[in-house]
Amino acid sequence: MELALQIKDLTVHYGGFTALDCIHLNLEQHTTLGLVGESGSGKSTLARVIAGLIAPHEGKILLGTQELKKKRSREQRKIIQMIFQNPDASLNPKHSIRQILSEPLLFHKIVGRTGVEQRCKELLNQVHLEQKALDKFPHEFSGGQRQRIAIARALSVEPNILIADEPTSALDVSVQLSVLELFNTLKAELNLTMLFISHDLGVINAISDTVAVMRQGKLVEQSPKDQFFIRPKHEYSYELLSAVPKMPKSSTSGGFL
Amino acid sequence: MTSGLKRIWNTPSLLVGMIMFAALILLTVFIPYISPYDPSEQNLSAFLQPPSAEHWLGTDQLGRDLFTRLIYAARTDLKIMVLAEIIPFCIGVFLGMLAGYYGKWIDTVITLLSDTLIAFPFYLIVIIVAFASGAGERGIYITFILVGWIVFARVVRGLSASFRNQEWVASAQTLGLPGVRIILRHLLPNVLPQAVVVLMTDMIGLLVAIVTLGYLGIGITPPTPDWGTMISDGQPFITTAWWLSAVPGFAVVYTGIALSLLGDGLADIWRKK
Amino acid sequence: MMSIQPILEIDALSLAAKSNERLVNNVSFSLGKGESLGLVGESGSGKSLTLRAILGLLPNGVEQIGGTIKSDVSSAMVFQDPRGALDPLCTVVNQLVEVVYYRQRVSRKASRMIALELLERLGLPDSLKKKDRYPSQLSGGQCQRVVIALALACKPGILLCDEPTTALDVTVQRQIIETITNLQHELSFAMVFVTHNLAIAANLCSRLCVMKQGQIVEHGATLDILQNPSDPYTQMLIDSVLPLPELEGSRDSWN
Repeated sequence: MELALQIKDLTVHYGGFTALDCIHLNLEQHTTLGLVGESGSGKSTLARVIAGLIAPHEGKILLGTQELKKKRSREQRKIIQMIFQNPDASLNPKHSIRQILSEPLLFHKIVGRTGVEQRCKELLNQVHLEQKALDKFPHEFSGGQRQRIAIARALSVEPNILIADEPTSALDVSVQLSVLELFNTLKAELNLTMLFISHDLGVINAISDTVAVMRQGKLVEQSPKDQFFIRPKHEYSYELLSAVPKMPKSSTSGGFL
Repeated sequence: MTSGLKRIWNTPSLLVGMIMFAALILLTVFIPYISPYDPSEQNLSAFLQPPSAEHWLGTDQLGRDLFTRLIYAARTDLKIMVLAEIIPFCIGVFLGMLAGYYGKWIDTVITLLSDTLIAFPFYLIVIIVAFASGAGERGIYITFILVGWIVFARVVRGLSASFRNQEWVASAQTLGLPGVRIILRHLLPNVLPQAVVVLMTDMIGLLVAIVTLGYLGIGITPPTPDWGTMISDGQPFITTAWWLSAVPGFAVVYTGIALSLLGDGLADIWRKK
Repeated sequence: MMSIQPILEIDALSLAAKSNERLVNNVSFSLGKGESLGLVGESGSGKSLTLRAILGLLPNGVEQIGGTIKSDVSSAMVFQDPRGALDPLCTVVNQLVEVVYYRQRVSRKASRMIALELLERLGLPDSLKKKDRYPSQLSGGQCQRVVIALALACKPGILLCDEPTTALDVTVQRQIIETITNLQHELSFAMVFVTHNLAIAANLCSRLCVMKQGQIVEHGATLDILQNPSDPYTQMLIDSVLPLPELEGSRDSWN
């Protein structure tokens, strides 16, 4: 398989604290890597380093064959997009949805001025929102809808790699399910390579092809999904998996089998 | 009624502030048609007259109509107040966004500069500048460009620093937008409401400063009418014609209340949104 | 499972905001001695408000407009955000001593003894006794243990838990829940457990109330509800629980 992204020896310090400690990670083209870990394990830092929001102190990131330097080109930025955890804070409160979606389209010259309106509507359609959403502002939407808008904005620049940092953690369970379904449809439709971060193992199971586990800034395991959930290699992974609350066994109905 | 008008209607402080301020502005604009007198025209046969139908607020020691002078003085003082705030406001908001958004050495330099300047008492700087450049409007403009931006820079810096950590700024960065664009297109609309509220309160302080300087004789120079010089001119007659000093004093208080209500009201509206 | 004499009876409780918007509508349930009841539902379902009404601590702007809450015993609450529930400028031991002193009306010296005993019971490290520790020096899980100790210091007949593990990591969540279960066996208090996590509620509580938009849509024994949900909303909640494959060699730590 071809590698979309290679991370080598990545290290980040905050003062005396090592947030990322010599991380090696490979992202295969058109697959989804689920990244799990508890709070403070460094998974969000890793996401932000890959997205170019934090500069690493050591190590390098290869996008295909080219190395991503501290100063990234417009084209390199466009290829990697990110979706954040907090739906209340991920959209500029003073911009209408039209502004939010058209700005990246025009800035990266994805479409010309005349095609913007049409493209915005298509993007909304892709995330299952109505076209009349264009004239509204972020505060008029629910958390799940806002997360859909954030997804549409990230997709507007036609990225190859999508990083999702706990995109469903702030949502209600039913909404979480529909957003996960959306991710699954989109990654198949658009051939996306995804890095999906979550502390919820159920979510990771629902979306990933490969699972990586982080603990205290280190990567402790990277395994194919089926193997990870049944026979994890690392003791810590086992501990995580067995700590997940399960539905009582005797209940055989429902979708949790 | 559109939703904007409805919101104003439902915010009494803003409504009252707007009416009070609008009344003052209308008076200053239409005073030549309202009053038959000239603000500088002396009439020594009718000096120190109490309020009457002819002279609504009486006359001063040189027989000038007090009401006419009061409104012409408002023209001077309000004009200076607004003009002296525009440049510091723009500088302050811009520097504040730079400091808050970029942090690091830019923030250190701007913070150091503002901390140093604010360590000098405001009136000391005005008096030095007034003596250096001569009394009058110019001294006020220069002083305010020097120190007026600090209050805006501080407020905006704090806001921008907190917005910088918000995810909508991070997502603008991942979309590859350059810093200047993020500052102008994304941060500016978010910091502006708060900055305008600060502007309203700051204008009150500036107005008081203008009047104080006029009173001390190093601000607006006669014969241009100004509330500060009016208060000081009326002082010798405080026992016989107290309204000479009291009326311009009241005008300052009135304007202050109007601006303060406007600021409060705007803050309310933007918070509710 | 219903005991003969309930220690908490809520009858047709209705809560509303100042703007007359109904937040909790006609909620009734009762709780027997030593029993655990789970209140499950999504955000805005009114489950936390119901809990606060039992404690008599409604947030500003919310009023009880109908119904009665009858209880013979005292209740104490464990909050979602443990760090927010502790005074950051007071050492944890002193916070606990303070509560014991005022609630159990014993001498200063005795209250210190009781406080230290409680901390030990909750499995907090000995270093807490020897050195002055502030909440910021403890981990989230340790803070939550202190909060539970504070609640137990009131000797409650009912422990009210408002999403006590939502802010914690899974491994810590499991430890906290084990601790609560063990303490309940030892001290036999009754418990109302509010959570959005159906699996946790199912493991902890013998009865469930499923809440939606301020109303109870379904109420009954946990297993009955999970196996034969009568309300589509309950079914939807059950379907939203994301499945995990069976872990090989699992000791089946959850019951």
